[in-house]
Amino acid sequence: MSDIRTETMTVNMGPQHPSTHGVLRLVLELDGEVIQSVIPTIGYLHTGIEKTAEQKKWQQVIPLVERMDYLAAQSNSLAYALSVEKLLGLEMPQRVKDIRVLLAELQRIASHLIWIGTHGLEVGAVTMLFYAVRERELLLNINELIAGFRFFPSYIRIGGLREDLPRGFHAQVQEFLDRFPPKIDEFEGLLTKNDIYKRRTQGVGYVTKESAYAWGLVGPIARAGGSDYDVRKYFPYTGYETYDFKVPTATEGDVYARYTVRVAEMRESVKIAKQALDRISPTGLFACDDTRVVPPPKDKVYSEMEALIQHFLIYSQGFTVPAGDAYVPVEGPRGEHGCYIVSDGTNRPWRVKMRAPSFMAIQALPTVVQGGLIADVVSVIGSTDVVMGDCDR
Amino acid sequence: MDAQAIIDSLSPLVPGAAFEAAPSVDFATVYVPAEQIVATCQALRDSLNFESLVEVTAADYLPRAPRYEVVYHLLSVSRRLRLRLKVRVAADGTVPTVQGVYPGAGWLEREVWDMFGIVFLNHNDLRRLLMPEDWEGHPQRKDYPVQIQKSAQTYAPLEVSEEQFRANIERDRVKRTH
Repeated sequence: MSDIRTETMTVNMGPQHPSTHGVLRLVLELDGEVIQSVIPTIGYLHTGIEKTAEQKKWQQVIPLVERMDYLAAQSNSLAYALSVEKLLGLEMPQRVKDIRVLLAELQRIASHLIWIGTHGLEVGAVTMLFYAVRERELLLNINELIAGFRFFPSYIRIGGLREDLPRGFHAQVQEFLDRFPPKIDEFEGLLTKNDIYKRRTQGVGYVTKESAYAWGLVGPIARAGGSDYDVRKYFPYTGYETYDFKVPTATEGDVYARYTVRVAEMRESVKIAKQALDRISPTGLFACDDTRVVPPPKDKVYSEMEALIQHFLIYSQGFTVPAGDAYVPVEGPRGEHGCYIVSDGTNRPWRVKMRAPSFMAIQALPTVVQGGLIADVVSVIGSTDVVMGDCDR
Repeated sequence: MDAQAIIDSLSPLVPGAAFEAAPSVDFATVYVPAEQIVATCQALRDSLNFESLVEVTAADYLPRAPRYEVVYHLLSVSRRLRLRLKVRVAADGTVPTVQGVYPGAGWLEREVWDMFGIVFLNHNDLRRLLMPEDWEGHPQRKDYPVQIQKSAQTYAPLEVSEEQFRANIERDRVKRTH
């Protein structure tokens, strides 16, 4: 027996591992199958978007921030637009608020669909991915309809929206919202009572409410541990206080609890989206009336000199934003998304900083998986729903 | 709750600190002296129910005299309150880490060091986070050039001479025939 070796083994997981959601690298120290320590390495997807944003005009930053969290593009641009509007002191018309709520909720569903698909794929329920991506395709079609872009619509702009809703928008969204709730039942039929799935996820990767707060994991991860903190309820923005919805919570705090919370969130999102769709008239205001920020309508540009000048100024010089700083958080699919912006009173941002929920989740990962089994790492990473574009920016 | 109310409840808890209310458009903002930031965060967490630190970042105001501002965003879920703390830091200044109060500050401060070069005293792991380990300079500084071409050093291509290459093939061939 004297020749039994007792030293630990170091295993490198990623950056090209299929279950690390992009390019996350983990250096695991293992004692047999038990994890002694984890060192996450990030930065493989760092593209310097925050630095680039400082060189752009205020309105040119929208497409940049959308590419940070690439699964929840409109959550990023909403956070950015709201922060800039806070500094400008703009108030949106009710219709713009409702359209933004609708888009944010559809975005949440789209992001959760990718999450449920990839998470299922990683723990062995390969079928999930095909079911989830099929539904997401319909949401991408809606993006294509409103903006021509499927992933990064850049439809939410500072001061409102890019243009009015296209013909057929209501019908297409209504069709999706009618079709989708039975599909959630279908997803649940595949996973919720699936014995293999439950064994992989129950009792794994505990995050309590207190440790979630301490590590800054405000969002679905904290809600699965008993918190009811949701930015939409606690600090309402774009009129969420006028919508009727519940914040799903769970108390167990394990991977399975995060699954149940997110599935319930999709149902709530459908509820909110239905209310929003009922309020939105097919045509109407799609931007505020502030001529500093919003270009004049096209027919005026062609007929009035002042409108032409204003149009030219906005697209060549941009607009200035009063000096100061602002941080307006929104509830993104992964938790609190916020954009901290600093203006020096010119037409370019002085500093743009995105608060990245994935960044915080990966930071807390070692404390969550330590002492567990190596197979659980995959299930825990999946349940935290990290997006490396969001993490590395 | 405005900044002055926060300062009034903070001042007895952190004796000797010179807090300063700052104008803001969204929520209360308080300037904190760098040496008091840990005691302030401790008091905010333990006595004023700010359970979570959601963000630490910085901004570089280059021509200005205290060059940097480190910004902390705190959240109190139980009181439905947000608070922004700001710390003025000189060009060669340092800030004590608040890791001991909020463990989530670890990577956030590391990113600030990586991007701005602001040193956080007593930080347990102040290494590069987003940039490669051997990167020179701190990209978010205002005097850091925007469009520079630099190849990363960490992954220098493996160079094999022709002799080594042939020897490898030869060795492989021998292995295969056996």
